Amino acid sequence: MAYSRHLLGIEGLNPVSVTSLLDLAASYVLLNRSGKTQRDALRGRTLVNLFFEDSTRTRTSFELAGKRLGADVINMSVATSSVTKGETLLDTAATLNAMNCDLLVVRHNRSGAPALLAQKVDAAVINAGDGTHEHPTQALLDALTIRRHKGRISGLIVAICGDVAHSRVARSNILLLTMMGNFVRLVGPPTLIPAGIEGLGVTVFHDMAAGLSGADIVMALRLQKERMSAGLVPSAREFFNFYGLDRAKLSHAAPDALVMHPGPMNRGVEIDSDIADDPVRSVIREQVEMGVAVRMAVLESLAKGNNR
Amino acid sequence: MILFRNIRYLDGATEQLTEGDLLVENGLIADFGLGLGVPEGCEIIEATGAVLCPGLVDMRASLGEPGFEYRETIASAAQAAASGGITTIAVLPDTAPPVDDPAMVRSIVARGVETGSLSLLPYGAATRGCRGAELAEYGLLRDAGAIAFTDGQRTIGGTRLMRQALSYARGFGMRIVQHPEDADLAAGGAATEGARASWMGLPAIPACAEAICVARDITLAALTGGAVHFAHISTRQALTLIAQAKDRGLAVTCDTAPPYFDLNETAIGDYRTYAKLSPPLRADEDRRAVLAGLADGTIDAIASDHQPRDADDKRLPFADAAPGGAGLATLLGVTLAQVQSGGLNLAQALGLLTSRPASWLGVASGRILRGRPADLCLFHPARSWRVVAGQLPGKAQNTPFDGRALEGLVLGTWKAGIRVWG
Repeated sequence: MAYSRHLLGIEGLNPVSVTSLLDLAASYVLLNRSGKTQRDALRGRTLVNLFFEDSTRTRTSFELAGKRLGADVINMSVATSSVTKGETLLDTAATLNAMNCDLLVVRHNRSGAPALLAQKVDAAVINAGDGTHEHPTQALLDALTIRRHKGRISGLIVAICGDVAHSRVARSNILLLTMMGNFVRLVGPPTLIPAGIEGLGVTVFHDMAAGLSGADIVMALRLQKERMSAGLVPSAREFFNFYGLDRAKLSHAAPDALVMHPGPMNRGVEIDSDIADDPVRSVIREQVEMGVAVRMAVLESLAKGNNR
Repeated sequence: MILFRNIRYLDGATEQLTEGDLLVENGLIADFGLGLGVPEGCEIIEATGAVLCPGLVDMRASLGEPGFEYRETIASAAQAAASGGITTIAVLPDTAPPVDDPAMVRSIVARGVETGSLSLLPYGAATRGCRGAELAEYGLLRDAGAIAFTDGQRTIGGTRLMRQALSYARGFGMRIVQHPEDADLAAGGAATEGARASWMGLPAIPACAEAICVARDITLAALTGGAVHFAHISTRQALTLIAQAKDRGLAVTCDTAPPYFDLNETAIGDYRTYAKLSPPLRADEDRRAVLAGLADGTIDAIASDHQPRDADDKRLPFADAAPGGAGLATLLGVTLAQVQSGGLNLAQALGLLTSRPASWLGVASGRILRGRPADLCLFHPARSWRVVAGQLPGKAQNTPFDGRALEGLVLGTWKAGIRVWG
């Protein structure tokens, strides 16, 4: 497989490499369900989860993925309340080099931070979310979830709804889904749609009924409370009224449309509990399961290419 | 005595390139023309194909000193300037401490004299501490030698404050220099708004933040009768407004800097923090408009907008990295690149680097005329060199032009008849 040393984004992957990663991940889904978890693909390798931003679920998912492949997993949380802590980033890189870490999973609140680290560390770097840039493993696990239900990951209408402007999940999904030949729609108020995004081959809607019309997949994005104080959205109730995913809005989508959310959810803001917990339409819990399998596939692929 | 023989020089009266000789005596330009005799004991510099122009007059640069000596000192900036043919620099006041006191103004001038190679012309702070609240002492600062007033890289944001600054400065016959960027729109931004910034996930500033500020300040200049100068103009929209204001006869001038006519926003690809500037690099359409503004005379000068930064300022995630690029050593070369590519003619390009900023600043240098100071730059327009960050003269290495091949090599720089480079 043509594969670079790091996974910094979906940018840099191609349909062939995405498909083979998803195939490998699919095999791990079966293995994980069988209960025969511990394998030795990463035995003797060290995986460091370096989180500059709190994220229990993503960190746990990578931790589990690493442990199921036999890696030694270490979690490092580095608080970065102040933006001037950037220097810590390169100091940390030097420390990790000295420890001979093999795989480095990085989450940072600044776009491009994992790319900066990748220039300085010997380990293979996996971007676990950087600022408002990319979150590639989330897009891969979304793709795997879609493929399991729809039998394909092309020719589908995918509506990504809500705070696209601040979403790295949206950017990685836009790249992956357009690359694989899907029709991607963005639905949200103009203040939450990034400038010039149409250039990436997506269609923008400001009305949920129109944006969801005939959609095969509906993805709701998390809306953070800061968006209200920044004046981008007047209030949570106004947002929910016009952009929150509820049964009435979902009725415009295809009858077998899947509902997805990258989590953690703000129930009653971007998604109604009624929809989030609907066992037929919602695949939100399955997304979490796919996350572990996809991360196992990513870790194994990078470790193979990184024979140190 | 120095005799430059068989060169082309930029005649200060005609602003044309003329073939001939030029004689320097007692630190002044003594004579020039065809076939000057060789006085006894005279050093002869023969440079076929080379061009002799006035030492460059850079109307906008920060030098790191005082307060940021880890980035650059005046001595190291003088070295970089000499290598780039620059003999006069107007320096920004947003240092630490800021230049908001007459003693600071005199001290900057004296530090320039100490270098022996570079005249420093200090801008005074437009507001105390460049903090954007109360006016600085324009009269006292002017008498100490301040050439105009500005808050440097900070926009004079308050509309009432800007009105008062323009109005009060007019009483002393002084200009206000603005960093034209609507402060509210620009807060926290790191790149120009558009598909690229959206895709890279960078906090962005709409390009019209410049025109909004320019429109306001032109309106205030009309209201007050004051004179405003816009620094580093980078957008078509702002240039259109400035051209209209000039047509109306308002006291409005502007400059730009090489990154804004040589680079566009693609330079920040892969989060290259050396290309993070303030204002941020623009779309190519705006870059072409800046070039057109240089050619049609809307833009009055090319300044380096030199902003020294050290590696620790730049080796950070893009949004956290300090904006600014080193620009002294590359000012001439990048401008000449536009001559090579046909965007400007040579005499016009040199005028934008010498006589035009010199007239704006009201200094005697910047023109080849008899009796003027022999501040000179000899360069070969066809000899090439490559910009390499880490190997530039001086301390500041944060060039946005890293790797760029340039034609136009400085062979020598003279300050008052003394060779300071080459």
